[in-house]
Order: sequence, then C-alpha cells, then structure tokens
Amino acid sequence: MAAPAFAPHAPEEHEALIEVSGLERTFMVGDEPLTVLRGVDFTIPRGAYVAIIGPSGSGKSTLMYQLGCLDTPSAGTVRLAGYDIGSLDDAELAALRNRFIGFVFQAFNLLPRTTAVDNVALPLRYAGVGLRERRRRAREALGRVALSHREDHTPERLSGGERQRVAIARAIVTEPALLLCDEPTGNLDQKVGREIVELFERLNDELGVTVIIVTHDPALARRVRRVIKIVDGRLVHDGPPTADL
Amino acid sequence: MLDHILSALQALTANKVRSALTMLGVIIGVLAVTLLVSVGDGARAYIDKTLSGIGTNLLIVQPGRRETRGLGGPPTGNISRPLTMDDVTALKRQGTLLRDVSPIVAGGGAVRFENRQRDSTVFGVGAGFSDLRNMHVDVGSFIREEDLTARRRVAVVGRTVAKALFGNDSPLGRTVRISDGRFRIVGILEKKGTSLGFDLDDLVFIPATTASDLFHQDFLSQILTAARNKAEVQQAILQIEEVLARRRNGENEVTVQSQDDLIGVLGTVTSAMTAALLAIASVSLLVGGIGIMNIMLVSVRERTREIGVRRALGATRHDILLQFLIEALVLATVGGLIGLGIGGGLIAAVNSAAPDVPLKLSPWIATIAFGASFAVGIASGVVPARRAAQLDPVDALRYE
Ligand SMILES: Nc1ncnc2c1ncn2[C@@H]1O[C@H](COP(=O)(O)OP(=O)(O)OP(=O)(O)O)[C@@H](O)[C@H]1O
Ligand SMILES: [Mg+2]
Repeated sequence: MAAPAFAPHAPEEHEALIEVSGLERTFMVGDEPLTVLRGVDFTIPRGAYVAIIGPSGSGKSTLMYQLGCLDTPSAGTVRLAGYDIGSLDDAELAALRNRFIGFVFQAFNLLPRTTAVDNVALPLRYAGVGLRERRRRAREALGRVALSHREDHTPERLSGGERQRVAIARAIVTEPALLLCDEPTGNLDQKVGREIVELFERLNDELGVTVIIVTHDPALARRVRRVIKIVDGRLVHDGPPTADL
Repeated sequence: MLDHILSALQALTANKVRSALTMLGVIIGVLAVTLLVSVGDGARAYIDKTLSGIGTNLLIVQPGRRETRGLGGPPTGNISRPLTMDDVTALKRQGTLLRDVSPIVAGGGAVRFENRQRDSTVFGVGAGFSDLRNMHVDVGSFIREEDLTARRRVAVVGRTVAKALFGNDSPLGRTVRISDGRFRIVGILEKKGTSLGFDLDDLVFIPATTASDLFHQDFLSQILTAARNKAEVQQAILQIEEVLARRRNGENEVTVQSQDDLIGVLGTVTSAMTAALLAIASVSLLVGGIGIMNIMLVSVRERTREIGVRRALGATRHDILLQFLIEALVLATVGGLIGLGIGGGLIAAVNSAAPDVPLKLSPWIATIAFGASFAVGIASGVVPARRAAQLDPVDALRYE
C-alpha cells in the first residue's frame, strides 16, 4: 500500500497537542438520544502525563475514542495537533491515528497466532513502510519494552504482563506523539500493573511522548501530576491529584 | 499488493482447519468442472476423430424423402421406390462428381464353420466399399466387381470372426455357412478395433447381389458413395438427387446424408452434453462460493474486535475491504488450483491407465476453471468484505 495520501504536518508546531472545547457526544439508543459527554473542555500540552478517572459509565472511554480520532463529536470540537477532527474524513482520521496516536487497551487486543514482532509491525503496514524496515523497527520497539527474547512468540505463549508490553511496543513503534491507554492495568495483578505504569513513565520521560491513561486505580492516579475526573459526562476536576479521588 | 496477499496468507494459515474446510467447497467445485467438462470434451474429440476416420467426404443415400437432414433412423415417409442395383449403375455412369459407388445390403446371421458359430453382422457390398470406408484386406482380396455380376458366394471376414471360427489357422480358401448358403473366404480384413461401441472386426462382407439372394430382399439398404473433393460435396448431393430423380419420374425420393452432417449433428449433441455437464459442475462451484461467503461472514463477525484494532492502528475502510476481499480471493484461487491439480492428476492417471477412455484436459477447461474460482472468490468476498469495512471502529472495539 502506498503511504496515506493525507500527510499530516508534524505536531511540534502546536504547543497544545489536544484542545477540547464544548465536547458533546450523543448516541441514539433506539429512538432515545443518550448524551454521554455533556460539554467537556480541557487542553493538554505536548509531553504531558495525564490520568483520566471517573465512575464506571461516566464516559471515559467515549472521551478516549474522541481523543483517538476513532469517533467524532456530536457538538463542540476536538483538535489534535491543530486538526479539527470533526472536519476530517475516514481516510484522514485513519492517517492521524496512524501517524500521531498509539493505543493501549485493557484487553491487549493482539492478533492471535501472530508473532510478537508481526503484531508490533502491524501499524507500520498501514503507514506504507516496507516489510524489512517494519520488522527492524518492530524489533527495536520490542527492545524498548525489554521483550527482545520474546520476538517470535505468539500471544498465546506470553504472560499478561508480556502481552501488554507487546501491545505497548505496538503503540510506540510509529513514534506517536500521543499514547492513549484505556485501563491498561485492568487485567493485570498489582505488581505487573506497577511495572507497566513505570514503563509509561519512562516512555514519557525518555521519548517525550504525551501519555493519557484512563484508570480506576487510585494508586496510579496519585502518581501523576494531573488528573482529569469525569462524572456523568461532565469534567468535575482537572488538576493535581487530591485526597478524595 | 504483495503485502496484502502475504497478510491474507498469514490470516488464513492462522486458522488452518477453517481455511481448509472452506477451500474444500471450491476444490470440489473446480474438480467437478474439470472432470465433467473433460468428459464432454473428450467425447467430442473422440467422436470427431472416429467419424473422420471412417472415410473422406462420404455420402450416404437412403430411400425415402426426409426434409431435415441429420442423424436418425431410416427416413420415414412413404418409400415408394426402393434403391436398387440399377440406381448404383446409374450413379456410377452419370455421377461425374462421385469418387466411387457401392451398394449396401445389411443383414445378419450366424456364420458357421464345422461346429463353431459366430453371430456377426453381414453386409452385402460392392467393390468400391473397401476404399470408401477405409477398410482393406491384408490377406487375399476384397469383394470384386465380377463377384457381384456373377453373384458369387465369396466372403471377406474380419479378425474377430476369423479368430472365432478358425483360431490361429488361416481361414483363406475355407468354406463357411452364412444363413443357408456356403461361402468361400477370399480375404481377411486388417485389424480395426472398436469404434463408437461397434467391433469393426466382427464383420463379414459378401457381394451385394449375393446378399439380396441370401436375405431374400431385392432392394438395397443404402448406397454409399463419396464426393471427389470437399468443395464439391453439396454439388455431389444435388447430382445424386438429380440422377436418381430422373429414374423416378422426376420425383426426389431419396435422402442424401454427408459425413459432415453426421459430424455436425453429433457435434451439437456432444456440445449440448458438455454444456449440461458444465452447468451441473457450476452448481457445485456455486455451492463452494456460498461456503466461502458463509465462512467469511462468520470470520468477519468473529474478528470484529480485530477489525476495530486494525482501524485504531490506522487502517482505512479501504484497507479492511481489501484485506477480506483478498482473503476470500486467496481461499478461492488456492482451492481452485488444488482442484485443478487433482483433476489434472486424475485425468492424466486415467489417460495412462486406460488410453481408450475419452477423457481430455484441454487448456480452455483449465483457464475456465481457474477463472471461475477467481470469480467465485470475488463474488463471495464482496459482501463480507463490505460488511467488515462498514463497521464503525468504536463499535468494533467495544464488541464482546
Ligand atoms: N455506541 C454507543 N451506543 C450507545 N451507548 C453507548 C455507546 N457507547 C457508550 N455508550 C454508553 O455511554 C456510557 C459511557 O460509556 P463509556 O464506555 O464511555 O464509560 P466508561 O466511563 O468508559 O466506563 P467504564 O469505566 O466502565 O469503562 C455508558 O452508559 C454506555 O452504555
Ligand atoms: Mg471504559
């Protein structure tokens, strides 16, 4: 496949990586409209490390999908590196995701029966990178998460923590500006979860990648400098972690 | 593109059992197409070859008028005047466009020698029959013109008859009983083998005049003749009709069939047969295609989450569409190639084990079979691929 026709400019030109204003998202459930996000505003600068918390069903994942260009606002705007995502078409959104964003999911979401290296190399395929170069960069990314010795293992033969590290390698292989992590430690025990969190902190530190983590884990939330709390689709807290989280 | 094919192969080998089962439908479909059409094609080639081998530009004159020319039993309608030896003589004299003319009196009956007996087909013929029908003696001589004039009781026998009555002894000069007459054997036909189910070596030829006496039948079954060359076949037919009509108060009471008519009629029969076989085989290919479509639809559902993940990693709708389309295409064409390979192998095996069986794998069948599996791949892949591409990425990711 040729490189995407839509070639976004580098995000460096924009101080604020993410600008959300008046964001609303309404779903139709049958004939009933269900408003999940009710006017959310915030800005996230490049290189930030932010946790998003809130009760179950409050709209955290829905917000993540907006920031991840997987969904577009019903009202208000989401700007990523200056792009108003509501005005982009399918191919342009795909190119933005591919170029700027790395996703880490709670359920890892690796391709089954596919080696770690091939899993990590997958996003590069959609970037139009050749097979050899893909493999090379995938190995490099696996090195960053200390999994070089598991390159040719399929997910079935990896532990939960190892799977999540493969998923993180996949997220950073394109050298994205933004890592979006939706409860990345939700399926892991405390110790392994801790390792994963430390890995995010290191990546944020060393690569300067902006990290946004949705979490239920108060311990994790207390480690970050900035917490955004969503309740019932509204932003109720945006700042350093407080005691009543 | 290579990338897409490689990752399709990867996806398909990741689920080997299911891929194999899916392919099975197409394998069987293509196998059916290949084998059935080869049967039809082989039959046609065989009939063509056989009919061309019986002579060149042959014309068969039968009594009675039939408007449509073609294959069939003796012409119906009122046979007011049968064919006679005088007709043969007239055709020989006035048929300037004819190569040779031979009467034919068909009969049958037991041929006996001492206590041995064989039920063979006995034909009364003229001297010209040998050259016209490409049936020559390799020992002795064929029926001669003077045998007809003198109504001699002589016979020419085929190999099967000779073997049955005389074993390994030479039949030449021996006397056999045919019906209630005694015949001296003057020639033995060269070996011909079977053709269209007839044993061409199980024949006995006697002079047509003698045959009329023997079978108590003073008219001819047919007159066999041939045009001098291919370009004159139609004129030759007209000439025959003219000559014979002159002897029948100007009435045209005969039907002349040419060898080409025969080949043409049998050709349409075998073509129709081939088409019918192809239609049957296509149904199995269609079933194979529906199988692929089904499995692809299941696969799209099962891999909904994967589709969501791929979209999150930067795949466009178009990428997803191509992915599933190519998977279906790879399944179908690989299945097609396997089916074609098995079919070709079977046909080659049959050909070498039983060369007589008319089975023939011609390139056009291979092309059609492969093209059909390609088409099946596209047709059965489009719907699932479109469904996969239309999925909303968030819905796909949230799918449990
Ligand atoms: N596509 C959709 N159609 C209809 N309702 C939806 C859709 N997506 C989300 N919702 C609803 O929106 C609400 C918020 O969902 P969301 O997944 O964003 O919650 P969350 O904060 O991530 O919860 P959790 O902590 O349990 O993951 C839920 O009530 C959910 O049922
Ligand atoms: Mg959620």
